[in-house]
Amino acid sequence: MIELEGLTKRFGAKTAVDHLSFQVRPGVVTGFLGPNGAGKSTTMRMMLDLDNPTSGTVRIDGKHYRELPEPLKYIGALLDAKSMHGGRTAYNNLLCLAQSNRIPERRVAEVLDLVGLTAVAKKKSKGFSLGMGQRLGIASALLGDPEILMFDEPVNGLDPEGILWIRNLMKGLASEGRTIFVSSHLMSEMALTAQHLVVIGQGRLLADLSMADFIQQNSRSYVRLRSPQQERLKDVLHEAGISAVSVPATGALEIDGVESERLGELAAQHQIVLHELSPQRASLEEAFMRMTADSVEYHAHAPGAPGAVGSADNPARPADVPAWGAGFEAKRKGGE
Amino acid sequence: MTGPTPSGPVPAAATPGATTPGGATGTAVRPAGYSSPLPTPRPHLGHALASEWTKLVSVRSTLWTLGSLVVVVVGIGLLFVAQSSDRDYIGLTFATPALFGLLVGQIAVMVLGVLTITSEHATGLVRTTFTAAPERHRVLTAKYLVFSATAFTVVSAAVFVVGLAGQIVHGGSAAGAHPANEWSGALLGSLYVTLLGILALAVGALIRHSAGAIAVMLGFVTLPPVIGAMLNIWEAAAPTGQVILEHNAPVALMTLFGMQESDVSLDMPGPGIHMLVILVVTGAAVIASYLTVGRRDV
Repeated sequence: MIELEGLTKRFGAKTAVDHLSFQVRPGVVTGFLGPNGAGKSTTMRMMLDLDNPTSGTVRIDGKHYRELPEPLKYIGALLDAKSMHGGRTAYNNLLCLAQSNRIPERRVAEVLDLVGLTAVAKKKSKGFSLGMGQRLGIASALLGDPEILMFDEPVNGLDPEGILWIRNLMKGLASEGRTIFVSSHLMSEMALTAQHLVVIGQGRLLADLSMADFIQQNSRSYVRLRSPQQERLKDVLHEAGISAVSVPATGALEIDGVESERLGELAAQHQIVLHELSPQRASLEEAFMRMTADSVEYHAHAPGAPGAVGSADNPARPADVPAWGAGFEAKRKGGE
Repeated sequence: MTGPTPSGPVPAAATPGATTPGGATGTAVRPAGYSSPLPTPRPHLGHALASEWTKLVSVRSTLWTLGSLVVVVVGIGLLFVAQSSDRDYIGLTFATPALFGLLVGQIAVMVLGVLTITSEHATGLVRTTFTAAPERHRVLTAKYLVFSATAFTVVSAAVFVVGLAGQIVHGGSAAGAHPANEWSGALLGSLYVTLLGILALAVGALIRHSAGAIAVMLGFVTLPPVIGAMLNIWEAAAPTGQVILEHNAPVALMTLFGMQESDVSLDMPGPGIHMLVILVVTGAAVIASYLTVGRRDV
């Protein structure tokens, strides 16, 4: 169990983490989401006592990180795949970590085997590919066989096979009763691995809820209809007691909560020509982007493609992106 | 590059229905906390020392810096021994030939001292290190101890080899009297170079940047003679210039190895003063490194 209470970190005038309070519960995978620059890594560094919080506290099983006698046996962390000395072999990189925590040397070979790096154990880690470096980092996190595991963007730069491997590894570790805390900026990835979600934007807590709740609240399904006889179609739908929303941007109608079969039959009865009849489902990615839209720190300003990170189906993105912090300021004023 | 294929029992333990979003929620049985079968004896400074020793011997830079030190000190020293005659040792000690190599070789010791800590900052390893050992002072202490023991052993061994060669080749009666305590100067000289290395480690810990820290240390050993000479030009600054000229690393090493210029040696500082100066400077830097490393963000 990790508890954060009012955690704040300021770098000069910029507040990277702003009064963050949440708990990471044991036995589940907790996803830590936020856009780039939201303060995820800073928060994780403060949890590991690498950065000093400006205010607030982090407790691990009720203790401060510095009070843990052999921290690798409590928490294993993958912060950055490059946090190793490239001139050292994979084996030696892990050996000096094991020695500092009085972990038996045989454990080094065990974790190298676990992540599939046995063949390159005696190779210098600077020659490793991104994926191999990531595996070495995970091996170092698993070295102390810890109860709590923290992974900062573990799937970054991995091939599909590696992503699948990490996904299954995390689930396996959680099923053994371990606490898994994993950060990501990919909602789709989290949807597959996490049971609980903590979402932050600009250092502030935006959501702290179970994955099931998030999906229920955010995945809206609807049917899209396009027809050259749109006015007639609207009348027919109205008579049938179905409310339709017209989307001027696409010239289509969107209907919530009605089966596509029924809509198709209805149109056929009234002999209305349909150009499109398609069931749609708002993705969790869109829900996540809507949630964090105001707090995205780095916007791309590509001409003609506002919100280049968004999908074409996402009408929620305004065409003129406000300067960063504007939405946040407005929200704060509104809140006061 | 052919990536290694994943193996091990853990991935196989994946829950079924893994690909449906939210499939594992709600119904999942939450196991009570995990407890590791690994033994949990408390680590202490000894384990930090073992860890730092592994770090030191498992990188190539240690071999390069200490190797070049030995080659330079022994090589130049033996060359001097071979080219000198017994009579040359009347005013000198047998270890004096090691001085010439050491004036160059001290740079290798300082570079190794700096790299001992800055390589961790450069690679990001320092985060892993401090995550594994949040007792940062323990890590720093282990670094100081492992580095200084290694540096002193290698430097004094190289000096001893040269001194021994000098004694064997030129130990005849023409070399004059050589009391056994002349070796203490060579030992102090080795200690002086080790202290320069410790100072370099402290500067590395403060600056956290290899090139910057090495530049500072090079300035520390090469600039005083230049600055002292410049200050000597002005009458007002001349006394300060004289102090700087008399108290700096090259002069100290020459004094410790018995190379004083005998005609002006009347008011030159002795070995004790030089050792005191380097001890105070290094001590201050080491204390500063403990104060900053303990509380700084990494």
